[in-house]
Amino acid sequence: MNNTNASGALEAADTQQFLTFKLAGEEYGVGILTVQEIRGWSKVTKVPHTPEWLLGVINLRGVVVPIIDLRVKFNFASAEYNDTTVVIILTVASRVVGVVVDGVSDVITLAAAQIKPAPSLGTGADTSHIIGFGTLDERMRILMDVEKLMAGADMGLVDKAIH
Amino acid sequence: MTLDLTQFHEIFFEESFEALDAMEAALLKLSAGEVDAELINTIFRVAHSIKGGAATFAFNEVAGFTHVLETLLDQLRAGKRQVRPEIVDVLLRSGDAMRAMLVATQRKEVIDSTGVAKLRAELDRIMSESGSAAAPAAAASAPPGKPAASGDSAIPGWRIKFIPGPELLRNGNDPLRILRELATLGNLKVSVDAGRVPALNDLEPEVCCLRWNLEVHGEIDRAAVNAVFEWAESECELTIERVGGETAPASASAVAAPAPEAPAAPVQTPAAEATTRSANPDGGSIRVSIEKIDELLNSVGELVITQSVLSQLAAPLEGREAGELRSALAQLERHMRALQESVMRVRMLPISFVFNRFPRLVRDLGQRLGKKIELKVTGDTTELDKTVLEKIGDPLVHLVRNSIDHGIEMPDVRIAAGKTEQGTISLLAYHKGGNVIVEVSDDGGGLRKDKILKKALERGLVTNEVDLSEERILNLIFAPGFSTADVVSDVSGRGVGMDVVRRNINELGGHIQIFSKEGQGSTIRIRLPLTLAILDGQLARVGKEVYVVPIVSIVETIQVTRERVNAVASGGQVFRLRDDYLPIVRLHSLFDIEPDYTDLLDGLLMIVEADGKRVGLFVDELMSQQQVVIKSLETNFKQVTGLAGATMLGDGRVALILDIPGVITRFQAAPEERGVARPQAA
Repeated sequence: MNNTNASGALEAADTQQFLTFKLAGEEYGVGILTVQEIRGWSKVTKVPHTPEWLLGVINLRGVVVPIIDLRVKFNFASAEYNDTTVVIILTVASRVVGVVVDGVSDVITLAAAQIKPAPSLGTGADTSHIIGFGTLDERMRILMDVEKLMAGADMGLVDKAIH
Repeated sequence: MTLDLTQFHEIFFEESFEALDAMEAALLKLSAGEVDAELINTIFRVAHSIKGGAATFAFNEVAGFTHVLETLLDQLRAGKRQVRPEIVDVLLRSGDAMRAMLVATQRKEVIDSTGVAKLRAELDRIMSESGSAAAPAAAASAPPGKPAASGDSAIPGWRIKFIPGPELLRNGNDPLRILRELATLGNLKVSVDAGRVPALNDLEPEVCCLRWNLEVHGEIDRAAVNAVFEWAESECELTIERVGGETAPASASAVAAPAPEAPAAPVQTPAAEATTRSANPDGGSIRVSIEKIDELLNSVGELVITQSVLSQLAAPLEGREAGELRSALAQLERHMRALQESVMRVRMLPISFVFNRFPRLVRDLGQRLGKKIELKVTGDTTELDKTVLEKIGDPLVHLVRNSIDHGIEMPDVRIAAGKTEQGTISLLAYHKGGNVIVEVSDDGGGLRKDKILKKALERGLVTNEVDLSEERILNLIFAPGFSTADVVSDVSGRGVGMDVVRRNINELGGHIQIFSKEGQGSTIRIRLPLTLAILDGQLARVGKEVYVVPIVSIVETIQVTRERVNAVASGGQVFRLRDDYLPIVRLHSLFDIEPDYTDLLDGLLMIVEADGKRVGLFVDELMSQQQVVIKSLETNFKQVTGLAGATMLGDGRVALILDIPGVITRFQAAPEERGVARPQAA
């Protein structure tokens, strides 16, 4: 499973590359190998009877791709959709999912030593999808395991059997 | 030398199963009384190649058993033994046993050796009794190995004396090609006269010294024979004369048949063999994995969408170049359609893949029940998408079984009813307006409407017996509650799992109809889409969203008038359509979207049907009808109740395809249950 290697098995590799993006003022990072492409915002088709964070589906060159708004998912103040809104298309466990973010920042390379494991944030916060915090140039990024995030009980986008 | 043979196992199994199918088909023809050397050869070839393959891969049980079978077949082939029904029977069972052994080997399970040993003993017994039985048989009639050896000359034909000139080969003419071509015209007998071939020392390789005496039999035009020799005519001596035919009685011609210049031992030329091989329908096909084809299909689908996006972009443009652009785009569209169609055709297979299993089924089941049944198959070259084919098999088996079991009467009953002793079951397939129609008919007893109605009333499937049209009564057999054991004996038995049959057909986007005349038989007609990848859809708009409603689900679309709408106590509304009261499903509230209209009088009511239930689907507006390419939602997301998938519209947007059974299920579910995944129904 190449995706797992990209984001999960950090200890195995010396350095890891992450695509970082902005989400409600914070910077997040996902393993570069899970990123298929980055594209601008286009109108989605709503799918009935789906959670609010699932904005709908788009046509990505003939493939129906669901679009998720992490800002809604993480209970951030809802943001608007305009020309500068960016969708990161991720390939997670052979599924293709689009994630709406406020903007894409950079690709960073982090050594294993630069990644600090996520502390327990108390019972209120679910941190299972956070790999750790990466610090570079005094700025902190929250590194996410996309596969775990998508496999979360409420998302159910990726079969749990994969783990 | 450590070649890994396991990589070839799958191919071996796949080819063996196909070969066994061919063998079964040939055996069934044999059992129908068609004794033909080519049939026996086919069977022999199957056994031989399976034996060879099995021995190569060290599947010793298979190879051992097949060897015994091969020995028997060899005797049949050589004409040492007559084809008798019991031999065909044993051979059929041997085919089954081989299949079972291969399946077991494939799954790495233990082979049922006792059954095999029994069959093997039976084969041995047949072979041991050979000495006595075969000899008179061979003497009594023409052995099957040499079909119609004497009867052949009775057929009119041409005797040709072909003496090539010395320059024939040098000028690029190939006598073999000529012979091969002759063999395609009819039954060719070749004898070669090699008397003029010089000693090896004097032999000039470029000079043709052979002469031929040829006889070709069949309904052949003189002109056709001449055409074969057209190129060589100037370089050879050629005499063509008519033989056999209408003037000479069969017995006389049999005597006269041998060529005057007592031919040297007739040679089976490679030419004759070549034609048999090329006549094989498998010739010139390749094996391609279904994924590759699907990939191709997807790419073409994307191209079609891109092309229609381009057309829409070009539409508002003005000026001379714009006109040229548009006509070029129109041409592109035509090419795209042609491309799409040919790619679709790649996935199509003839329906004979499904029909082929029925001769055996009819034979076996008919024999067991003591009924005499003839199976007529028409249109088995009709092509269908592979996925549809795979799913249509079981429902068809069910229908044919029903026809055999309950439709066709016992021989004595048939005679008493003034019918022929032998019943007929017909399988018919044909194209009709973008659909494939498959019909299963029998000339049996038909359905008894009075009993169906009685049963339906008993079970509470219908409440009042008045006003039920004939069609609706017949359709009662599809009702789920109808398929119970005691119905089998009471009514003419139909209805065993007919609800399952109908559900399977509906899942394929198909439609099933039943026609029956008491005492004369029944016909079940199934209408199937050509492919599952494309759907005829009606686009319907609700607010800003566009949905695709499968045309097969739509009964009609009407504008609502106030007096035909009634409110019911629970808060819902029903609509009176002729004699029925239909619940109204407001798509906008079911799917939680903002509509243009909430008043029923402003929008349109689409009457849709699924599983025998009808509802009125309220939408804002109907748009165009078009064929849409179905994309799965599950690939990247999950199944959503009420949605069959999604498709791309001409402008590149995604439109959701409604799954009418799912929509009805969701509508009927209590509000708190909505949103919970639908169980595996409908």
